[in-house]
Amino acid sequence: MIKFENVNKWYKTYHALRDINGEVNTGEVVVVCGPSGSGKSTMIRTINKLEDIASGTIRVQGQCINDKHVNINQLRAGIGFVFQHFNLFPHLSVKDNVALSPIKVAGQSKAQAYEMADELLEKVGLYAKKDDMPANLSGGQQQRVAIARALAQQPPVILFDEPTSALDPEMVGEVLNVMKKLAADGMTMICVTHEMNFAREVADRIWFMDQGELLEDTTSNAFFTQATHERAQKFLADIIH
Amino acid sequence: MYDFISTYGMMFLVGSWPGGPIGGFAGTLILAALSLTAAFPIAMLIGTGRTSEIGIIRHLSTVWVYVFRSIPLIMIIFWAYFLLPTMMKTEIPPFWTAVSAIVIYESAFLAEIIRGGLQSLPAGQVEAARAMGLGYFQTLFTIQLPQALSNMIPSLLNQFVSTIKATSIVYIIGVNEAAFSAQQINSIELTGTLRTYLVLAMFYFFICALLSRVAKMLEAHLTAKRLGQAA
Repeated sequence: MIKFENVNKWYKTYHALRDINGEVNTGEVVVVCGPSGSGKSTMIRTINKLEDIASGTIRVQGQCINDKHVNINQLRAGIGFVFQHFNLFPHLSVKDNVALSPIKVAGQSKAQAYEMADELLEKVGLYAKKDDMPANLSGGQQQRVAIARALAQQPPVILFDEPTSALDPEMVGEVLNVMKKLAADGMTMICVTHEMNFAREVADRIWFMDQGELLEDTTSNAFFTQATHERAQKFLADIIH
Repeated sequence: MYDFISTYGMMFLVGSWPGGPIGGFAGTLILAALSLTAAFPIAMLIGTGRTSEIGIIRHLSTVWVYVFRSIPLIMIIFWAYFLLPTMMKTEIPPFWTAVSAIVIYESAFLAEIIRGGLQSLPAGQVEAARAMGLGYFQTLFTIQLPQALSNMIPSLLNQFVSTIKATSIVYIIGVNEAAFSAQQINSIELTGTLRTYLVLAMFYFFICALLSRVAKMLEAHLTAKRLGQAA
């Protein structure tokens, strides 16, 4: 479904992504981990072209996204993205946040879009908050709305960029539970996170990155028990106290 | 003071209207309203252009802002007064000359306010909008401008007030407005200079104070709405 082939990226002289090769199949949950500054976020952001790449190719459902003829808005509409800082639109109510892309991008009728928004908010457990403004919600609730907003695009894949890193500890669980539910429903997910228990429980595969390189691409079981790379072993030792 | 007002009240209010062109306070209000109404959409274009990723648009907008922000309004008025008729090969009434000059001048300042408003939004807002597949203009109109404009109300108001006051300078090319009427009254009266200009000052003060009040209410309303407390 998503395929990296020799992807490189530089920030001026800084080599942010080094020869990334990897593939994510339909229905898989891939957790990307690694120390900060390792290029995890940069990598995930190249998939919907929030970041451009310098060389190599990225294919999403067979389509090479760096092709000049690709309609970037169409490409992005087919990829859900959940941000670390939620990025809800503060001037729109919860249900308007969720219904925005169905109305403006997919061209659905308002009635249809709000009906879908109701269902999705129900799914993330926030139907009761649908008329509230984002400012009235806790961080965990905002992130769940953001997930509902991504689902409203009806995308075949959702990317999560450290979805729980900006949350107070007591709110991490509610967001992870929603994500587990999605994984159980068979959603294809790529998730940059430091939540190792989530990785262990939910991930089909782990990608371990360090200094812009994709060093490990293994099943989560293999990663936690027999990580081959020294830096991965050190990372695991550091993160699991 | 009562005699003074009863003698010249109408002249202050509407100039020589209905016998002649409308002027006085009414003239100022019309001039200011027209100028702001025309300057604002132009400023939206230029201000947005200043944030454009397309080089030529950004450069042209920047030149517009730098040029007209750096020239005194009265210079622009003189240029418009002498240049416009030559260019258009026809006579242009002073009123429209004044409107053109004020629009050009104020659009430069308003554009900078709009640029600042757009750029002060968190980058994540645009990213989130683009990531869901919204295009450039959809993002601009549904995400950026609604938030930016409500954040900009205090600065916009500032500029509106300054524009209303700036219209007084166009009496110099004989436009019928409040300052022009005051000037006329002063030359009839000869002895009441202070009194005449006190009335004029009070007019500007009350209009601008009223506008500030309205803007404050609008701002409070928008803040309440964002916090989900609006009725």
